[in-house]
Amino acid sequence: MSTLTPVGGPALMPGRPAVSLRSTRPRHCETLVRLLLRLAAILTIIITVGILIALLVPSIEFFRTVPIFDFLFGDRWAPRFADASFGVLPLITATAWTSGIALLVAIPLGLGAAVFLSEYAKPGLRKVLKPVLEILAGIPTVVFGLFALQFVQATVFREWFELDTGAFSVLAAGLVMGVMIVPTIASISEDAMSAVPLSMRQGSAALGANRMQTTVRVVFPAALSGIIAAIVLGVSRAVGETMIVAIAAGGQARIVTGPLEQGQTMTGFIANAALGDSRVGSLEYDTLFAVGLLLFLVTLLFNFISIRFVRRFREIY
Amino acid sequence: MTFLTTGLGAHIRSASIRGKVRGGENSARSVLFLIALWLCLFVAFGVLLTLIITTLIDGSSRLDSRLVTEYPASAPERAGLRPAILGSIWVIGVTAVMTIPLGVAAAVHLEEFADRKKWFNRAIELNVQNLAAVPSIVYGLLALGFLALLGVQNKNIVIGGALALGLLVLPVIIISTREALRAVPLEIRQGSLALGATPLQTVWRQTLPASVPGIATGAILGLSRALGEAAPLLVLGALVFVSFDPNGLLSGYTTMPIQIFNWTSRPQAEFHELASAGSILLLLILLAMNGLAIFIRNRYQQRW
Repeated sequence: MSTLTPVGGPALMPGRPAVSLRSTRPRHCETLVRLLLRLAAILTIIITVGILIALLVPSIEFFRTVPIFDFLFGDRWAPRFADASFGVLPLITATAWTSGIALLVAIPLGLGAAVFLSEYAKPGLRKVLKPVLEILAGIPTVVFGLFALQFVQATVFREWFELDTGAFSVLAAGLVMGVMIVPTIASISEDAMSAVPLSMRQGSAALGANRMQTTVRVVFPAALSGIIAAIVLGVSRAVGETMIVAIAAGGQARIVTGPLEQGQTMTGFIANAALGDSRVGSLEYDTLFAVGLLLFLVTLLFNFISIRFVRRFREIY
Repeated sequence: MTFLTTGLGAHIRSASIRGKVRGGENSARSVLFLIALWLCLFVAFGVLLTLIITTLIDGSSRLDSRLVTEYPASAPERAGLRPAILGSIWVIGVTAVMTIPLGVAAAVHLEEFADRKKWFNRAIELNVQNLAAVPSIVYGLLALGFLALLGVQNKNIVIGGALALGLLVLPVIIISTREALRAVPLEIRQGSLALGATPLQTVWRQTLPASVPGIATGAILGLSRALGEAAPLLVLGALVFVSFDPNGLLSGYTTMPIQIFNWTSRPQAEFHELASAGSILLLLILLAMNGLAIFIRNRYQQRW
């Protein structure tokens, strides 16, 4: 570091600095490590590309046999039958039912919890409530599935309410999945509401608004982009959730017309079909990936919408 | 100026001058609104409580030592989780070894060295955020395709499961490590550089040690998510009858969530009890891991 010694250097020679702040000799080890770090970061891109290739290649094989129009708009899903049919609509209706029911539960509960934590709860109460929400988020989905099948469907629906339903229903799976998504929606929208500056609340209070009015008319609109991001991410999680629907929604792929029917979702199909050891390269194997590709594209769309909205509220405050 | 120091929660109450300006804090609508908010929390926590209680009631009869010492069997009274517990330890252990160094390295690059003005680095950031929200079963399909590409016949091997779960956990670890690194103040780095340390020495001796608690918390939470995950392993054919202890990277395995799913899908009620007992054990392990993560966060995290 001898080049750094002339202290008054730059002052004596105006125009160009005599001191170079760069290191004098190249540090190969340093360059190598930084390259490795960069490679680790690039790996994440490789994973995404890998997902696309892994899903696309068998899917292309699949669409050579099954026309893409028949796949997307056919209303009969029977890939293992002799007269096989590959209309994905039954799987999509089941996914729409379970996700829709889940969101009907998760949006009000999640937003209510977020408003309470961000606007009403005192710091002490928050310290207790947030870890409990985190525990709810950490429960394995298999356990949620077991709960939906045994308690919600078998005990509550069939024994207590004596509803006309079989061993499985999209309603039981959807309700429990909704509770599972509550922490996701609550934590992101709470972040968004907490990011709204205090001065806006004080301004609202100074104008005579009470806490409810401040929350509903000032904080909520100001945090709207974050709240939308939370909901959209919730949709993405509901569509991609596997174990709850595989256990509690049933295994027959038919177009679902009511909440008490059973139905097989896209994820439920992949989970079930994977159980029957299908040979690499067979049509059955390719079907898995075609449904997987559809699932990936749907969630990708929702994820990007969500990320966009999160960025917006991060930029404003 | 009291309302500047109180938390967000209590600000408006202290800001309003009680008695004179009545914003209608006790009006019917306000009270109803607050009741609705309480109700939301009660329903969410009520379901959590119901889930734990019903699982405990169903599983208590089988919550004994046989659960951890016995192998799966066709007779429910002789069945246990032993290979599943060992399989979970193997898979999660290998996942941790593969993912934590990679995730931390990627996070260090993104947070400390990457030029955020370059589109490529921004693309990586966006990509990591998206990967964190990709459905877990898609990672199973990716691992399945990868193993098929390598020509692996038997896909139910520890390293395959660890690959799928590693892909799942990697974005979680990257995101939490970045947050931990970001919490280290710039002055620490500047001080280190001013004393003549190279950028890499600064990272290795100052920034990383300071963010170890945050990284550990994130890694434990990510791994606990992987421990409870069943969908990607299901795709890889982990739902098999395993009556031996897994003993290597290429060994066959089953994990706790997979074994619970297996018991759930049987018709006999005894197997459902067994599944509930297994769920309790799994919940206890996860609770311990989450508790450890929260403890590390509260005990060791430095406040700058």
